[in-house]
Amino acid sequence: MKTLNRVGLAALSLMLSTSVAFAATEVTWWHAMGGELGTKLEEIVAGYNASQSDYVVTPVYKGSYAETMTAAIAAFRAGEQPDIVQVFEVGTGTMMAAKGAIYPVYQLMADMGAEFDPSAYLPTVVGYYTDTEGNMLSMPFNSSTPIMYYNKDVFEAAGLDPEMPPKTWEELEAFSRQIMESGAANCGFTTGWISWAQLENFSAWHNQPIGTLENGFGGLGSEFTVNGPLQAKHWANLKTWQDEGVFQYGGPGGGADAPAKFYTGECAIYMNSSASRAGVLANAEGFEVGFGMLPHYEEVEPQNSIIGGATLWVLQGADEAEYKGVADFFTYLSSAEVQADWHQFSGYLPITQAAYELGQSQGYYEANPGSDVAIKQMTLNAPTENSKGLRFGNYVQIRDVIDQEFQALLSGDKSAQQALDDLVARGNQMLRDFEAANQ
Amino acid sequence: MDTKRTVFPSQGLPYLLVAPQLIITLIFFIWPAGQAVKSSFEREDPFGLSTSFVGLMHYGRLFQDPAYLASMGRTALFALAVTVISMGLALVLATAVNRLIRSGTAYSTLLLWPYAVSPVVAGILWWFIFNSTTGILPYVLEFFGVDWNHQLNGGQAMILIIIAASWKQISYNFLFFLAGLQSVPQSLNEAAAIDGAGPFKRFWTIVFPLLSPTTFFLMIVNLNYTMFDTFGVIDATTAGGPNQATNTLVYKVYSDGYIGLNLGSSSAQSVILMLFVIVLTVIQFRYVERRVQY
Repeated sequence: MKTLNRVGLAALSLMLSTSVAFAATEVTWWHAMGGELGTKLEEIVAGYNASQSDYVVTPVYKGSYAETMTAAIAAFRAGEQPDIVQVFEVGTGTMMAAKGAIYPVYQLMADMGAEFDPSAYLPTVVGYYTDTEGNMLSMPFNSSTPIMYYNKDVFEAAGLDPEMPPKTWEELEAFSRQIMESGAANCGFTTGWISWAQLENFSAWHNQPIGTLENGFGGLGSEFTVNGPLQAKHWANLKTWQDEGVFQYGGPGGGADAPAKFYTGECAIYMNSSASRAGVLANAEGFEVGFGMLPHYEEVEPQNSIIGGATLWVLQGADEAEYKGVADFFTYLSSAEVQADWHQFSGYLPITQAAYELGQSQGYYEANPGSDVAIKQMTLNAPTENSKGLRFGNYVQIRDVIDQEFQALLSGDKSAQQALDDLVARGNQMLRDFEAANQ
Repeated sequence: MDTKRTVFPSQGLPYLLVAPQLIITLIFFIWPAGQAVKSSFEREDPFGLSTSFVGLMHYGRLFQDPAYLASMGRTALFALAVTVISMGLALVLATAVNRLIRSGTAYSTLLLWPYAVSPVVAGILWWFIFNSTTGILPYVLEFFGVDWNHQLNGGQAMILIIIAASWKQISYNFLFFLAGLQSVPQSLNEAAAIDGAGPFKRFWTIVFPLLSPTTFFLMIVNLNYTMFDTFGVIDATTAGGPNQATNTLVYKVYSDGYIGLNLGSSSAQSVILMLFVIVLTVIQFRYVERRVQY
C-alpha cells in the first residue's frame, strides 16, 4: 500500500512538473475515494494523463462524500471550485437544483464536440441522473447496489446448504434461527446502511413507493410515502429480530460496526453495497463467502434494486480549454476497458453495456462467482415508478432522520409504524424547506 | 486604582499599537459573526445562487422544534457534568501532586499528556475502548451484567462523551490548579497547622478560598470548552447519535449547516449559542466574581 502510494505520488508530481513543461491544460477533480479505491482511481487518472499530452487531470482526495460535496460548495461560493467533483447519490437533488452552478454533462459533451452516446450507458444507472427530459446531468462513476454476503462455512456447520442463500425474509429468519441454535454463529444477520438497504432498496425491491411524484423524479412537490404496511412490517421484524439476537444493528449511516460482525464470524449473513466485495474478500479470512440477492417477503415478487454511489458533476466557472479536457477525460473514463477494469476491481457496477459485455467475453463473471449478482439484481425487471431510484432535496439530512427514527425503534421508544410516520412527517418538512429555497 | 499610566508622544501611536489585535478580531471574529447574524435572517440555497429574507423564521422554528429544545437541555447536562467531573478530578490530582516533592514534575508531565491529544484522536481512542463489538470495556462490563451498547442506548452514549470530553480537559484544569496551589503561601498553612487545624480543614478554609480565582477562571473556560470545543470528541465517538441523544447545540450547528447545508437555520443556532455563552459569562462575572477573593 505505502509503496504504491509513493509510486502514485511520484508519478503525480512527475506529471505535474511535465504539465508545466508542455503547458498542458490542468483539470482538477475532487473525489472521495480513500484507501484501495483511491489508489485505483489515481492509477486510472495516471493512465489517462499518459495517454495524451493536451490535458493533465489532477485528482484531489477531499475526505468523505459529505466533506467533498461541502468543500466543493464552499469553494464554489468563493470562486475556487474544481472542474469536476464527485457527489454521492443523495446529494443529487441538491446538485440538480443548483442550475447556475453545474454544467450538465450532456450539454458539456455537445458543446465541446465530444463523442457521446447516452444510450450506451446502462439505463438503470443513468436513469438516476437524468432530468425529466431524459438528459444526462452528471457522469456516473461509481454506482453500486446492496447485495447479500453470507458465510458458507457457518451455513455448512449449521446443516444448511452452503450453495443456497436465503431467497426470502422468511427463509432468512428460519436459516438464522437454525444457525443460532446449532451454535455455528451468534447472530443471523447484520446490515450496512439501514436507510439505503433496509428502507430505500427494500421499498424498490418490493415495488413500494418511497415518495409521491415517482419518488421525487416528477418534481420538488413530492411527499414521502415510505410508511406503508410492508415497510412497517419489515421494521417491526427488524426490531423483534434485534431483541432476539437474530439481527445485530451495525450503527447509523454506513453502519461502521456491521463489517466487523461479519468478518469475525459473529453474524452469518451481511447485507451491504456490492462495492464492499473487495473488502469482504480481503477480510473474510478463514471462511468462504457466498453471494446472493437481497431477500424479499414471500407475498411480493422482487422487482429490481436501486443504486447508490456517486457521479461526477462538472461545475461552472472554468474556461473552455478546461471543459474540453473534462469532456476528453469523460470519454476516456467511460471507455469499455477503463470501466471494466474499475468495475472488476471495486465491485461497482459497470456503467456502460460495453463494459459489461467486455467482462463477459473476458470470462470474468464465471471466474469470480457472485460478481454479477449486483447487475442481475439491478436488471431483474424493467424499473417501475417505484424502483427507478429516488430524487429528494435535503436528502443528506433526511438520511440522518431515517437513522434517528430507526434508533428510536430499536431502543423501544417507538413502534415501527410510529417511527416511520414520524420519519415521513419530519422528512416532508425538509422537502418543503427545499422546495421553498429552490423556487 | 493605582495603575501605571503611559503617556504616548503622539495621539496615533496607541491606536497603531492596538491595530493588529483589532484587525485580527475584526476579520476573524466580528466579520464572521456578523455574517452568521445576517444569514440567520435569510433562506439560501447551498451554492448561494438565490437568497431571500425570511425575518425571524429560523428562530421561530427552532423554538418550536422539540428536537432543538431537547438539545438545549442535553447541552446543559453535558456542560455541567464535564465541568464538574474534569474540575473535580483535576483538583484532586493537583492537590495530590502538590504534596509530592521530588516526583511531582514527573507526575505533572504524565498528567499533561491527554491535553496534547487532538479531540478527534481522543474521541477515536474512547470509541475503540467502548466499541460494543470489539471494545475492551463492554467485554469487561459484561461480567458485571451491564450490556454496553452506546449505539442504541442514549444514556450510555451521553456517559461516553462526558468521559471522553472530561478526560481531555482534566490536564488543562490540572495545570492551572497546580499553579494555583503552588502560589498559596505555605506560611498560612503552617500557621493553621500549629493552631491545630487538620489537613481537610486547612484545605477547605485556607487553600480552597485562595484558589477561587483559578476555580472561577476554569469554570468559564470549561463551560466554553464544552459549549464549543467538544465537537471533535462527539463527532468521533457518537456523531450526535443514537437518535440525537448526544446532539449538543454545537454539534447540531455543524450537522445542520455543514452536513445538511441548511445555512440559515445553522446560522440562527450559532447566534443563539453565542448569545447563550455571552449571557452565561456576564452572569458569572457579575454574580460569581463578587464572591471570588483575589
